[in-house]
Amino acid sequence: MSTTFIEGSIAVAKTVGVCRPHVISAYPITPQTHIIEHLSELVANGEIKSEYVNVESEHSAASVVLGASATGARTYTATTSQGFLLMIEVLFNIAGMRLPVVMTCVNRAVSAPINIWNDQQDSMTARDSGWIQLYAEDNQEASDMHLQAFKIAENKDILLPVMVCMDGFVLTHSFDPIELISQAQADKFLPPFKPQYYLTPKNPLSMGTMVGPEAYMETRYFIEKTMRASLQVISDVATDFHNQFGRFQGGLIDTYKVEDATLVLVAMGSIIGTIKDIVDELRAKEQKVGVLKVRSYRPFPKDEIYKALNHVKEIAVVEKAVSLGYGGILVNEIKSVFYGKPKTPKINGFILGLGGRDITVDTIHQVIKETAKAASEEKFVGLNEALIGGK
Amino acid sequence: MTTTLTAPKEQSCTLLAPGHTACTGCGEALAAKLVLGAAGTNIIVTDATGCLEVFTTKFPQSSWEVPFIHSLFENSAAVASGVEVALKALGRQNEAKVIAQGGDGGTADIGLQALSGMLERGHDILYVCYDNEAYMNTGVQRSGLTPFDCMTTTSPCGEFSWGNKHNKKDMPSIAAAHGIPYVATASVAFPKDIENKVKKALSITGPKYMQIHSPCPLGWRSKPQLTIQVARLAVQTGLYPIFEIENGKVTKVRKVTTPKTPVEEYLKIQGRFAHLFKSPKGKEEIQKIQEIADRNIEKYGLA
Amino acid sequence: MRLDLGAIAKAGTSKANQTGSWRNYKPIFHQVKCIGCGLCKIYCPEGCVTMIEKKKYTVDYTYCKGCGICAEECSSSDIEMIVEEK
Repeated sequence: MSTTFIEGSIAVAKTVGVCRPHVISAYPITPQTHIIEHLSELVANGEIKSEYVNVESEHSAASVVLGASATGARTYTATTSQGFLLMIEVLFNIAGMRLPVVMTCVNRAVSAPINIWNDQQDSMTARDSGWIQLYAEDNQEASDMHLQAFKIAENKDILLPVMVCMDGFVLTHSFDPIELISQAQADKFLPPFKPQYYLTPKNPLSMGTMVGPEAYMETRYFIEKTMRASLQVISDVATDFHNQFGRFQGGLIDTYKVEDATLVLVAMGSIIGTIKDIVDELRAKEQKVGVLKVRSYRPFPKDEIYKALNHVKEIAVVEKAVSLGYGGILVNEIKSVFYGKPKTPKINGFILGLGGRDITVDTIHQVIKETAKAASEEKFVGLNEALIGGK
Repeated sequence: MTTTLTAPKEQSCTLLAPGHTACTGCGEALAAKLVLGAAGTNIIVTDATGCLEVFTTKFPQSSWEVPFIHSLFENSAAVASGVEVALKALGRQNEAKVIAQGGDGGTADIGLQALSGMLERGHDILYVCYDNEAYMNTGVQRSGLTPFDCMTTTSPCGEFSWGNKHNKKDMPSIAAAHGIPYVATASVAFPKDIENKVKKALSITGPKYMQIHSPCPLGWRSKPQLTIQVARLAVQTGLYPIFEIENGKVTKVRKVTTPKTPVEEYLKIQGRFAHLFKSPKGKEEIQKIQEIADRNIEKYGLA
Repeated sequence: MRLDLGAIAKAGTSKANQTGSWRNYKPIFHQVKCIGCGLCKIYCPEGCVTMIEKKKYTVDYTYCKGCGICAEECSSSDIEMIVEEK
């Protein structure tokens, strides 16, 4: 298959385009802009037949796709950071109404202080919203994930929205050789959206009703149950994709040299690439190091992670987000995987790369060095000592 | 006394089915019933969070005989925009007209931005604001459409307060400033007028804005049986001017009575203005309200 | 109704809710002086007043909350509000 040297955002836009969305609505925010600019270009040139709605805020972008999805349309939106936070109210609503909207969350730090660079605080903040969250390692995966996202969301047993998370600038603005998905390939992979219920005078239903204490809990129970069911669907869709395209970037997780590893680094997103390089370097020095990529953060694949890591001695979770007042977010969930199990590895948590702070080979080496020490709670790596008043 | 005949079995002929839980004498329930009656069945409606949504859609029941969606407080206009473009994208634009609904808070305050976006983008949607002049669903708090000197739970009267300090926001002018083809005000006191305006609005392509004065007996502290009378007096005094703005020009108004009805007639039957009648100083305040009415009469040529 | 798909309700199902039980006052439609203007029907917030035949309107007590708007607005004073006996 041939590749095109293309910017990550453009690759994503092109994939979304071949998914034939009926309605696209978005509000510009750095670094999401290239995606929506290219989509509006595709619409303007008649390359895709979608209604593109320029809205006055992210809140309305999400509300437009909510209304469109409820009317039976396939819909897409994209945002990042502050825009994402403004959307959150609607994001919970979309999930609660079981609408299979697909969105890209370009991962960026949140204000204050205002910072346009990458970390993953924005999407992690909506962890509990009822959206399926998938994190892309590179631009090929980010591009491919969108086609998979529609198939997962619209599965009649799922009907939950899917968020594809990709690191701002690091992925969105970098050029890579990408195998783009053709219209024919997309049509073969993704069947047309056939909603079970939608707004029409032919069957006048009421959506978004008020539910009291007698039934509200059950609506949350159904979402939780569906989240569990989606573990299999995400996995199956990745396999379907592999079968048709010959590319496999992992289902719920992906592992690299984990089988015989004593130390495994766990992470999400573009940092995986950097870690893989270091794994190769250390393997050459005969250090048994591996990396586990959490591809599906919600639903969280506890069993798969346990199966992959139950033999290792040490785990280092590296993450670009923080639950202020507690520490790392992912590290806690990795710890929970081993709760009550016969053997618990030493688990360290590291917070790095916030607000676009460089993650270099040295940063990862430092993580590995720290891991050798006693088990730490969440540690910031890569701080500028001069700015925090020495040690 | 003759025998009252009993109602036929299938008695409901309204598109807002009975069994809803609006308070007795609710002006908003009446307004919504009249809007739906005029619009007919080939519509899709959205609604903002508020009384109307709460009293019509208590799961598993719904009063709506037409397709209905409620999402959030501030996004009725944006959700309606999504419905409208989806119908277009799916080739179903002839299937239904889209009506967005909201209360005064959901329209003029928290939902103003989404409404402005909807109006500016030119969607073929009729937006209906049911104006009961306060946040009734949460217990009668002041909104941007609460009238001057009106007492609400967050604009109480007191030693240093005559109630709401601010004038009612001029929403119809804000809507008209978007250059939309049709803006109208109406009142539940004049149902035929509501019917005509809804039908006219739906015959026009593009964004339309309609604001219907809908008394709330609970919040206005008026007797439930007086809902129509209160609404009628608001119009007759000039405090709630009834007009149509077509492509930026006022084309039609409802005249006030001659001789003009003093605002006291309207104010005195509502507990929310009762404080104005309790002291001599209140007279000055009533005079200020009279001036508001007079300005409306002047501005729209209601005399 | 589908609770599992976001609390979807069927059209017009509120009719199961008999709001007539709220009533403190009850409208009596005398059907004597009625001129058939239909204001009682038009103004009813519940939509529970119906025309049986020309100049004969009635109310469905299953839903009537007894607000009294019909009696207040009746153009021929043909509707009377009486205290509801429970």
